[in-house]
Amino acid sequence: MSDVKKFMYLNRRAPYGTIYAWESLEVVLIGAAFDQEVSLMFVDDGVFQLVKGSDTSESDMKNFTPTYRTLGDYGVRHMYVDKTSLEAHGLTQDDLIEVAWEDWESEEEVDNIVEVLDSEELAEKLGESDVVFSF
Amino acid sequence: MKLAVQVNEGPYQHQASDSAYHFTKAALEGGHDVFRVFFYHDGVLNGTRLTTPPQDDRNIVKRWVELAEKYDLDLVLCVAAAQRRGIVDDGEAERNGKDATNIAPKFRISGLGQLIEAAIQCDRLVVFGD
Repeated sequence: MSDVKKFMYLNRRAPYGTIYAWESLEVVLIGAAFDQEVSLMFVDDGVFQLVKGSDTSESDMKNFTPTYRTLGDYGVRHMYVDKTSLEAHGLTQDDLIEVAWEDWESEEEVDNIVEVLDSEELAEKLGESDVVFSF
Repeated sequence: MKLAVQVNEGPYQHQASDSAYHFTKAALEGGHDVFRVFFYHDGVLNGTRLTTPPQDDRNIVKRWVELAEKYDLDLVLCVAAAQRRGIVDDGEAERNGKDATNIAPKFRISGLGQLIEAAIQCDRLVVFGD
């Protein structure tokens, strides 16, 4: 496909209280086949989606947190996290999973594409996007 | 303008389907091209023909069907979301061994690729939901 668009998946909700986070992830996984420029953004309770060490065994729900760690293999190039939301929930980047990315052709590698940004920078990233999926 | 519409909430519970309907209708009447309406999450519940609202209320499902009939609108329910929530067409009934179908006319069940494709093809993707 010749025209590549900038896709932004805006994740605003905690992972297990509602199905939005998981069904958002399903769109990202399926969307990988379309070879677009894909970024994810996590704001408000959405920052909980990236907290490491989650354990859902006692709630009888499928733990999909490990899936986020594979997103680099699904063509996701950036994962932006809202600094204000992180702080409001008493979290820091150390609490979040790391997601590696590698370009198989150019062999360019990034150890961790999870990046904490302030509101102004996030607004800029949103403004640069061609498509915003809001979940 | 070429538009894609995404509906993320079920009918009656939430305003999203109403807003999406009025937006889509106004866009079509205004001469815009609505490439596809994609129903996701509980939004797939907009596509069951078994809905029976009280007679003095709006019929949300029927309204979508009539709009689709008038403008040949493409109404797509996400297959994964539909399977979870029990929205079934002939193909799904056969594949998953169900004893009934409930999909409304003019709706079809298809994959998330249809949403991605719509976002690529259109000038704007307009999302309705919380």
